[in-house]
Amino acid sequence: MSRLLLWLGLGFLWAPLLLLVGYAFSASPIPFQWGGFSLRWFAALAADARLLEAAWLSLRIALGAATLATLLGGGMGWVLARQGPFRGRALFGALAGAPLVLPEVVTGLAMLLLFVALQGLLGWPAERGATTVLLAHATLGAAYAAVVVQSRLALLDRGLEEAAADLGASPAVVFRTVTLPLLAPALGAAWLLAFTLSLDDVVVASFVSGPAGTTLPMLLFSRLRLGLTPEVNALGVAILALAGLALGLAGAMLARSGRQSGKAG
Amino acid sequence: MPRALTFGWLLGFVAAPCALVLVIAFAPSDAGVPPFLWPLGPQGWRGSLEAVATLTADDFYLRALLRSLWVAAQTAALGLALAYPMALAIARAPARAQPALLMAVLLPFWAGFLLRMAAWIGLLRDSGWLNTVLLALGLVNEPLPLLYSHPAMLLGLVHAYLPFALLPLYASLQRLDPALEEAAADLGAGRFTVFRTVTLPLSAPGAAAAFLLVFIPAAGEYVVPELLGPPEAQLLGRVLWGEFFQNRDWPLACLLALVLLVLLLLPMRLFQRLEQAP
Repeated sequence: MSRLLLWLGLGFLWAPLLLLVGYAFSASPIPFQWGGFSLRWFAALAADARLLEAAWLSLRIALGAATLATLLGGGMGWVLARQGPFRGRALFGALAGAPLVLPEVVTGLAMLLLFVALQGLLGWPAERGATTVLLAHATLGAAYAAVVVQSRLALLDRGLEEAAADLGASPAVVFRTVTLPLLAPALGAAWLLAFTLSLDDVVVASFVSGPAGTTLPMLLFSRLRLGLTPEVNALGVAILALAGLALGLAGAMLARSGRQSGKAG
Repeated sequence: MPRALTFGWLLGFVAAPCALVLVIAFAPSDAGVPPFLWPLGPQGWRGSLEAVATLTADDFYLRALLRSLWVAAQTAALGLALAYPMALAIARAPARAQPALLMAVLLPFWAGFLLRMAAWIGLLRDSGWLNTVLLALGLVNEPLPLLYSHPAMLLGLVHAYLPFALLPLYASLQRLDPALEEAAADLGAGRFTVFRTVTLPLSAPGAAAAFLLVFIPAAGEYVVPELLGPPEAQLLGRVLWGEFFQNRDWPLACLLALVLLVLLLLPMRLFQRLEQAP
């Protein structure tokens, strides 16, 4: 009974996507109608300068935001897992977790007000766009990265670090040669999570961006409101192919590092 | 070092923006850029209750609020009803099949939120896939108005948030000791009785977490109602968006954000309590 429902549920999750992919290869100008096999919508996608520009902007923002989020979130996770009680710890924890539970519209509005206030006080940022979106996405991504890093640190065997310290390694050397390698998979997962969040966000970006900064999700959203074209199907295939490639690479890397640590152990 | 740096970032980029929302909810609106006057000036406090007056002038906002809670509750209930048997089936599957099954649930996530909504638009609209099939089979004579409806919106919301419900359920069901269920069965309980008296109570915290993890984001959702829902589905997220972008009433948008936060405080607290429980 529950197994039947599992397959039904998976069908519900997958069917729309599989149809989206299948009809990307249809010649018909009406989306989700079959008009014979054709690659014309991929050609249309490749010739769509506005869309490619938005995709390139989104990619650059996501790379920067994910990297900054991993550094910040890694630091937050470290503070929460490793530094004992300090003044303001409860506030620190609440602020680190707040972006996880705040509705997107509230986060977007609040971040925008910050940039407007900063502009009024300091004259910076002179105009909103890629930089403001990057900062907002980094703040959001850091909250997720902090959870991933904190939970990994909580599970980490302190004995390994203590052994290295007993053998004469300075705290910096212990961190670099023991803690950081053990933390690497968590940092990688945190980076990937922040990267995906940034590439997928339309609400926060719509609030904090300006006329010069239309990201791919913002462009896609405005087009979906006007109507669907088969170009969107072709875009879906391209994104799924890239995501599949990235996941395959990540999986291969994980498998390799697993084998290596297996040998070492 | 990392503490000072990250604490500084959190104060600047999380605490300060939230404080600004609180302040500007009570700012007088203005025709300039930005469209409000700072309530704290050199002259002291010159706040205004304009936004509060607009909010309470008629029941439009109250209705949006109740509608948001209702839609969020429906989404969470449907998500839970679908995710529970799926999580149970995955938790009972052979251990080596479980990662692949979990991956099958999570992979559609990677396609991106908007593309999944695009797929639903393509399936449900008047000239969409579902109507084409129904017309070709002769089941209907004219296209059914499926898109821009309440069910279409719920479908999109459940599709968007199903993994949020499934993961905590899977975690709690997977931890469950099978010996407990076997003991109940050995003592003569039927399969349904075992489920009702052992499995269900033990997975209740996971189910509550699943419900809240869907309820919280769904209550403030903007994109799905906008793309799939009917025009009259004025949920709080959509109303806030409209006040901000179309009416340029920033103080009212801030006040709506505060209302949404106060409303979600209780579910958030409940969720924290569940997280802290062993």
